[in-house]
Amino acid sequence: MPVLRLRQVHKTYPGPPPVEAIRGVDLDIDPGEMVAIVGPSGSGKTTLLHLMGGLDRPSSGLVEINGVDVSRVSDRELSGLRAAKLGFVFQEFFLLAGVTALDNVAQGLVYRAVPPRDRRKLAAVALEKVGLGDRMTHLSTRLSGGERQRVGIARAIVGDPAIVFADEPTGNLDSVTSEEIVRLLLDLNAGGSTIVVITHDLDLASRFPRRVSMRDGNLL
Amino acid sequence: MTRLRSRLRIGDAFGLAWLGLKARPGRSVLTALGIAIGIAAIVAVVGISASGRADLLDQLDRLGTNLIRVGPGQGILGGPAELPEDAPSMAARIGPVENVSAAGLVDVTIRRTDLIPELETGGLSLVAVDPNLIEVLGASMGMGRFVDSGLAEMPVVVLGEVAAERLGIRNLENERLIYADGWWLSVVGIASDLDLHPDLERSAMVGFPAAEAMFGEVHPTALYLRVIPEAVDDITEVLPSTVNPENPDRVEITRPADALAAREAADSALTQLLIALGSVALLVGGVAIANVMVMSVLERRMEIGVRRALGATRRHVRSQFLLESIMLAGSGGLVGAGLGAGITLGYATLRGLRLDVPVEALGGAVAAALGIGAIAGLYPASRASRIPPSEAVRGSR
Ligand SMILES: Nc1ncnc2c1ncn2[C@@H]1O[C@H](COP(=O)(O)OP(=O)(O)OP(=O)(O)O)[C@@H](O)[C@H]1O
Ligand SMILES: [Mg+2]
Repeated sequence: MPVLRLRQVHKTYPGPPPVEAIRGVDLDIDPGEMVAIVGPSGSGKTTLLHLMGGLDRPSSGLVEINGVDVSRVSDRELSGLRAAKLGFVFQEFFLLAGVTALDNVAQGLVYRAVPPRDRRKLAAVALEKVGLGDRMTHLSTRLSGGERQRVGIARAIVGDPAIVFADEPTGNLDSVTSEEIVRLLLDLNAGGSTIVVITHDLDLASRFPRRVSMRDGNLL
Repeated sequence: MTRLRSRLRIGDAFGLAWLGLKARPGRSVLTALGIAIGIAAIVAVVGISASGRADLLDQLDRLGTNLIRVGPGQGILGGPAELPEDAPSMAARIGPVENVSAAGLVDVTIRRTDLIPELETGGLSLVAVDPNLIEVLGASMGMGRFVDSGLAEMPVVVLGEVAAERLGIRNLENERLIYADGWWLSVVGIASDLDLHPDLERSAMVGFPAAEAMFGEVHPTALYLRVIPEAVDDITEVLPSTVNPENPDRVEITRPADALAAREAADSALTQLLIALGSVALLVGGVAIANVMVMSVLERRMEIGVRRALGATRRHVRSQFLLESIMLAGSGGLVGAGLGAGITLGYATLRGLRLDVPVEALGGAVAAALGIGAIAGLYPASRASRIPPSEAVRGSR
């Protein structure tokens, strides 16, 4: 059974003028898959990712995340779904300033009511996994871009989510660092994680087992 | 669908709010300062006035409300402002009057020495008094002894505290003399606790017999009566015609306790004004907090987006910002309450007042601060909670 199921998904941003960002997308993603979504700017990649990640709802069509039809759940339950089953990585890292790498990662478990001690233990494990075992007590503002993104990835995976979404995770990094991040994502996928990544970079995308191309709100 | 509920521990809710405040320490401190100042002002005002009132009540207790002063009213014809010779004995004859003491202004000037010009009397006067005056007034001797029966015929005086200070007499270790129209008088005591009798506080008191021997006849100019408390009103009524049957309108009756009551009323009016000003400061502090919180919500869009992505519900976001606002104001309130108590302590110590910071005032102040924080945070928090997660994580792009 696919972990993500999209059927005839449409998303129109109410205008004026209204923008039809997604126009009838059908897509299945199975557990353990690693998918790259590529496409030109404005083609609707981020919009699609937000729909798949339950950050937004479709104007019409079916979005089923981990067996949950998002049209049938409340905003609260959708939040619960994100807390329990989904992880997000952002192009601009979005770490809390003035907070250590460890505590940033531990934030990934705050909305699951994991006690602070356990949170930090799990955060330490996640940081080891992304290769930052020696940077745990560094403030996020004192880390390099690549290190920050590793912290971002650790925060996304600390709760062992069913799917990890990443919107241009290498967009703010140089090519060498980007390569490291891609390798890390591939490693995580090899370890069983389902990963959906948006990227502009066709070279990077070519390393992914599955690629989905978008144009004008449609899959090619 | 219960297994998909987001849950935030109470401790974490506070923790997140604390993180938010800690991330911008300078701004947090400055914002809380407004509330702290308002609260400190109110607590200090309440504390100081309560301490002052405690002192006033002490004074009132000591004084008693059953002391009546009888003086010569300002006659319409402007005759001498004195009472009839037999006024003391007439007053004493009223049943419920327990004790009478007379005082008579002597028409001389007193000075430190005869070398000082007559005009520079420093507003001091010589008053002839009965030996029991200090007892009837409920006053006390700061040092030395009063001009009681044994000294009534001697050329000696007791000074009021103000008089002593103006004459430069601070102790009685050596014999101290003052000069009164050709006579040198020896100071045998300094009376204290005469705050409600400014005329006596600024006088040198001498026995009636001694005064008359030196300066001729002295008429009583004031009577002090201790009466049975229940009879105060009745006595007040009959006093004028008793002490001055011919000119009852030339008698002025006052109760020193009334002066205290008036002072208390004035104090509490001032207190209320100051509290009102403090409240305005609080209001301004509250608006400042609301302002800063709105700004904070705008700046922290991405944090809000990340938290929503991590599973925070709208309510979690709202509670985070609301708690931040409450903690901001609450810490301001705590600091302000401490500051206000400190100011009160300092003032009370300085003035020798009995310290009395009402616990309700402290608790009320902190509660008020928390309430202000909650109200100030309401709008920003609800605004933060209504930012759609998909828009928030798009950041400022
Ligand atoms: N909130 C919004 N309201 C209106 N239109 C929007 C909104 N968000 C996005 N759009 C429009 O929807 C379309 C798809 O946007 P989206 O961000 O999904 O593109 P993208 O493929 O991620 O582009 P990029 O590669 O530049 O990030 C664009 O035309 C965009 O202008
Ligand atoms: Mg995009």
